[in-house]
Amino acid sequence: MANALVNVPARARRGEIIEIKTLISHPMETGYRRTQLGGRIPRDIIRQFVCTYNGTEVFRAELHPAIAANPFFVFSTVATESGTLTFQWTGDNGFSAAETTTISVD
Amino acid sequence: MDRETSRRAFLMGAAAGLGLGAVITVVPVHATPKEMEDAIRKVVGSARVTKGRVKLELPPLSENGNTVPLTVSVESPMTSADHVKAIHIFTELNPQPDVASFRFGPRAGQARVSTRIRLANTQTVTAIGELSDGSFWSATAAVVVTLAACLEDA
Repeated sequence: MANALVNVPARARRGEIIEIKTLISHPMETGYRRTQLGGRIPRDIIRQFVCTYNGTEVFRAELHPAIAANPFFVFSTVATESGTLTFQWTGDNGFSAAETTTISVD
Repeated sequence: MDRETSRRAFLMGAAAGLGLGAVITVVPVHATPKEMEDAIRKVVGSARVTKGRVKLELPPLSENGNTVPLTVSVESPMTSADHVKAIHIFTELNPQPDVASFRFGPRAGQARVSTRIRLANTQTVTAIGELSDGSFWSATAAVVVTLAACLEDA
C-alpha cells in the first residue's frame, strides 16, 4: 500500500558524503481537521523514520503533524563500505513500511 | 486575532465566490509563542541556547502552507568527538509547537536535512541544534503564508 521511493547513488568512493532522498506516500492526517459535519478526523501520521547502514543507525526523524503529506527527506551519510541501506517508516494505526537499497563503495 | 478573523472572512468569501458553498468551520486552535518556549525547554532542559551555527532555510513567502520546503544545517566537523546529535524544529502558531526532531550520528557526514512542513499561519520557525558537547544553538526564520494549512474541509 505504502509507496516508498528512495534515491541512493549506486556507487560511491570510500569516505565520500552521499546524499539520500526518500519519499513515501502517506496522507499525514493532522487530527486537527474536521469534516463538513463537524466531526474531527482522527490523527493518522508517520511518527518515526529510521535509516540504517549495514545495521548502524545513521539518521532518524521523529515526526509530528506539522510534516507535510507524503513525507520527503533529504539527508546524508558517509559511504564507509559496500552494503545495504534500510529505511523504515512507522506510524499511527500500525503503519509500517520498509525499503532497502544496496550501495557499492570502492 | 484581528488579522486571523479578517483572513477567515476572506477565505469564506473566496470559497463562496468559487461556488463551493462549503461551510468552513474553523476552531481557533493554535499554539502560542509561550507554548513554543515550553516545548523548547522540554528539549534543552536548563541549558543555554545561543543564536548561531544553525542555518535555517525557508522561503520568505509561501503560497501554500500545506507544503513549505525547509532545509536546516549545522556547521560541524561530524567526528565522534564533535558532532551534531540532533536538530529540532518548532513553530509558534501551528496547533502544536513541535514539527520534527532529526537525530544524527558521526556517520551522517554532515548535519543537514531537507523536508517539507505545514504552516498554519504567517509565523516564525525556530531550529535548535543539539551538539555532542551538550551545547544548544538556534536560528529562526520568518515565513509569510498566504494559504494556511489545516483549514480545508475533508
